[in-house]
Amino acid sequence: MIKELLLIFIGAMLVNNFVLSRFLGICPFLGVSKKVDVALGMGMATTFVMTISAIASWAIQFYILEPFGLSRFLQYVSFVLVIASLVQMIEMFIKKTSPNLHKSLGIFLPLITTNCAILGLALLAVNKGYNMIQSAVFGLGAGLGFTLAIVIMAGIREELEIADIPQGLRGAGITLLTAGILSIAFLGFSGLISM
Amino acid sequence: MSLYKEFSKGLVKDNPAFVQLLGMCPTLAVTTSVVNGIGMGLSSTAVLIGSNVVISLLRKLIPSKVRIPAFIVIIAGFVTLIDMALKAYFPDLSKALGIFIPLIVVNCIILARAEAFASKNSVAKSAADGLGMGLGFTLALIILASLREILGNGTFLGMSLFGEAFKPAIIMILPPGAFLGLGVILGTMNWFAQRKKRGEAK
Repeated sequence: MIKELLLIFIGAMLVNNFVLSRFLGICPFLGVSKKVDVALGMGMATTFVMTISAIASWAIQFYILEPFGLSRFLQYVSFVLVIASLVQMIEMFIKKTSPNLHKSLGIFLPLITTNCAILGLALLAVNKGYNMIQSAVFGLGAGLGFTLAIVIMAGIREELEIADIPQGLRGAGITLLTAGILSIAFLGFSGLISM
Repeated sequence: MSLYKEFSKGLVKDNPAFVQLLGMCPTLAVTTSVVNGIGMGLSSTAVLIGSNVVISLLRKLIPSKVRIPAFIVIIAGFVTLIDMALKAYFPDLSKALGIFIPLIVVNCIILARAEAFASKNSVAKSAADGLGMGLGFTLALIILASLREILGNGTFLGMSLFGEAFKPAIIMILPPGAFLGLGVILGTMNWFAQRKKRGEAK
């Protein structure tokens, strides 16, 4: 049981890293990775939303969509709406209970709604037939993997600011090349688990 | 004439993937082969035209406060249609694109065109805009996919190009190849644009 959960966790975090090998959540990865502390805030907010939305979408799938035979028609619509309203609710809840956390996560929460990693995670967890605990662990692992990737990327980009980059590659070009090299590094994890 | 302008701006000048850098997730993920690129591009085009037309028709009925959820529901509806059509008629392609078909729902290109164009313009213009942006996206996917498939597999549309002796650079069809390929394409495009600008300045 524990071993299986650990495999799901490591698999989602390192082996099949959401950003660098599944290509989910590229927009925030490229857009919000200029400063390390900002990237860390984005990563934490995403991890939080991912874990909760993985549980919520599991509940929707197994208590509402499947008993009524709706999952083929309404799965995408309902998941998107649930995630969007969940993000709103989490934002209001944090604002009420912990203003400090809200100050540090606040601006990133609305952005997360359009992060395809969240919907991707919900659909992947359902496709793999995970139960509630497995979905939660899968979400946590994926979120931490996203945080790891975006923080490493931000660290490199802070250094790149002062580097002498060829004119044409400045901006998006060099960022993508850096991501490519990072992705090669993460390929090294692929022997870790035979999925 | 103006319809043609709305159509053509998405192809090169405002190309969604290469110039606006929208829809990066599917661009990087599905371009392991040209067939997948074309499939993804045309599916997105179909969703884009459908959602643009419907949103343009409803633009005076949707209150502006709930417009984003309304747009998302319309888009998700079209994506469900396309997903079922692909599963029925092209099961292999549907399997290869996998999770990225449902993820068209959160593709920023679609929502960006709905918000920036279709919610303000007439039906005909929105349809032309959707078609142009969609085909521009398809074009970008085909370019990146050709680069990756030719270098990484030695084939184009599944046909072998170089014979037995060619050793493909497998890294190009693995995930890093997507980042490297797109980085090089963007760099080259910028370099040409800057050279042209310098030439004009002289």
